[in-house]
Amino acid sequence: MRLVLVGTSHHHAPVELREQVALGREEAQALAARLAEGGREAVALSTCNRTEVYVAAEDAEQAEQDAVAVLASLEPDVEPALYRLQDRAAAYHLFRVAAGLDSLVPGEGEILGQVRLAHELGTTGPLLDRVFRQALHAGRKVRAQTAIGKSPASVSSAAAALAEQVFGSLEGRSILLLGAGKVSEQAARNLRSRGAEIALVANSRTERERIDEQLDKVDVVIASTNAPGLVLEAATVVDALRRRRGRNLVLVDLAVPRDLDPAIGELDGCYLYDIDDLEQIVVETLSGRRREAERAESIVAAEAEKFHEWHASLDVVPAIASLRARAEEIREAELAKAESLLGKLDDSQRRAVEAVTAQIVNKLLHLPTVRMKQAAAAADGVLYAEAVRHLFGLGEEER
Amino acid sequence: MAELLFWPALLLYGEAAVGYFGDLRRPGRAGRAATWGVRLGWLAQTALLVAQATRDDGFPWGTWASSLSLFVWLVVSAYLIWGCRRPYRLLGLVVMPIAVALLVVARAGGGTGNGSTSRYSNLFLVVHVGLVLAAFAGFTLAAALSGLYVWQERRLRTRPATILRRQVPALATLDSLALRTVVWSVPLLTLGAAVGLVRLVADGDRLDALIAVTAVTWGVWCAYLGLRLLGGWSGRRAAYLALAGFALVVVVRLALPATHFA
Repeated sequence: MRLVLVGTSHHHAPVELREQVALGREEAQALAARLAEGGREAVALSTCNRTEVYVAAEDAEQAEQDAVAVLASLEPDVEPALYRLQDRAAAYHLFRVAAGLDSLVPGEGEILGQVRLAHELGTTGPLLDRVFRQALHAGRKVRAQTAIGKSPASVSSAAAALAEQVFGSLEGRSILLLGAGKVSEQAARNLRSRGAEIALVANSRTERERIDEQLDKVDVVIASTNAPGLVLEAATVVDALRRRRGRNLVLVDLAVPRDLDPAIGELDGCYLYDIDDLEQIVVETLSGRRREAERAESIVAAEAEKFHEWHASLDVVPAIASLRARAEEIREAELAKAESLLGKLDDSQRRAVEAVTAQIVNKLLHLPTVRMKQAAAAADGVLYAEAVRHLFGLGEEER
Repeated sequence: MAELLFWPALLLYGEAAVGYFGDLRRPGRAGRAATWGVRLGWLAQTALLVAQATRDDGFPWGTWASSLSLFVWLVVSAYLIWGCRRPYRLLGLVVMPIAVALLVVARAGGGTGNGSTSRYSNLFLVVHVGLVLAAFAGFTLAAALSGLYVWQERRLRTRPATILRRQVPALATLDSLALRTVVWSVPLLTLGAAVGLVRLVADGDRLDALIAVTAVTWGVWCAYLGLRLLGGWSGRRAAYLALAGFALVVVVRLALPATHFA
């Protein structure tokens, strides 16, 4: 059984092209089922950065042609942007994808769930089931053993991570939004996903007293207005701090020009971050992710090698099974021939004879079995298997 | 023979101290090695203390040097409660070098028990010395937490781009853990000191410098509790007060080598 991958990603195709071949759940399921016809296995993986089709088939060339045809039927222009990988390279690619190493942001966490979903929706058999399970295992291992996915990769997640550095859990913490730009919405969404609640979304029509009142209560202020000048002066915050009785306040200024008085950052109990601070943090954490990616690559390579060894051993498994069956047949035949002698033995003696002969067969076959599997991993497996069949006269029917 | 256990304890604590510095530069393997150094070192020191108590059939930590050794064990024990968790590894950077230095000082100061017997009963020594040292160990941990608070708070203010590179407990967590540690430690010191005072009065002994500074220390930590629980103090101010209280603990433990039991 051969493994074939055909697909395109953000490395090869612009978004205009990728969106033409993007697949919804049902479409991915139907496409996989279509490609799996005729005893093949197929999985379609579609995310915003990639659409890939994995097929397991005896005839790799035909499977590849079919996969290309299916994707080209969605958008003919995609064909030049398609990559085609087979066997070891295809598996290695999937392992890197699951680990987030092929993502736009290295180590992003969503891809693991998307690979899992694709696996569930696919028409899998022994090969694709194995390769997807092992890829998911590699992805989890990379996340557990490296810090590749731990640091924030966007301004909004950096703001949330900084708030966590001050408050710990954000469960029950309240947010005051000054203005409702796209970035501040993302930041607020990020904080809410960690348990925080929005106390007030203030705009230019909101009464000043309401904002001041919320300043006494909230834990996080996110500002992102289009105002030409400062929206919140340090003096206003000083007044609020008197009423807050030492409770910390995190202020995130995402606006340009800035909404929050920089002097607020000097006040006790106030932690002020502007867009430059957050962007510098994101740049730094992304470079940290790239450093971690080096460690992740070695984990992925080791896991891919394990899969390759298993996959390659499939070439010699039938020959090994035939050899063992033949040996067992001979052993049983020879024992049957000696029945006149063995009949005089009691049960325990008979069991001992059975065990000794079985052990002899096992010991004789152990090394050839190991060597054949090693040869399979080194790509000589088929030659070895043929030699074994020839040397031991294993019949055609056993192939 | 049992005294040989001192060396593995010292070496493992030393390895942990170095490991925590390595973890600061490159988080990961060095931090894990340091954590195991603390655990194994603590086991070695525990075995050493058990062997000493068995040998002397009582409480052999009445001398200045030997009480220092017990103090180190208590500090490391308190540290082990949180210190092995990844975000708290940085505490080891403060606690373990102190532990190593104090163990060396204890050794240089004569080590533990040389068979001399105290005129005080084992029960009194356990309650008085044990409780006071346990309280001081708690204050040391609270000071380490406060030190970490001051350091992290400063980083959050100066906003370096690397601020999220290292896992550090949140300010709120450090603040609350320091308070909880002091809440446990102050009653221990109060009880231990009260037992000592009762004995002092009963024996008609005079106050000495150690008692006086210990009383001031007790006052500072009581003030810390009062200001935090009743005065609404928290954060940086409270952390600085904890560090001031710890300075007095250092004076009591190191600058006043004489004990009432010498």
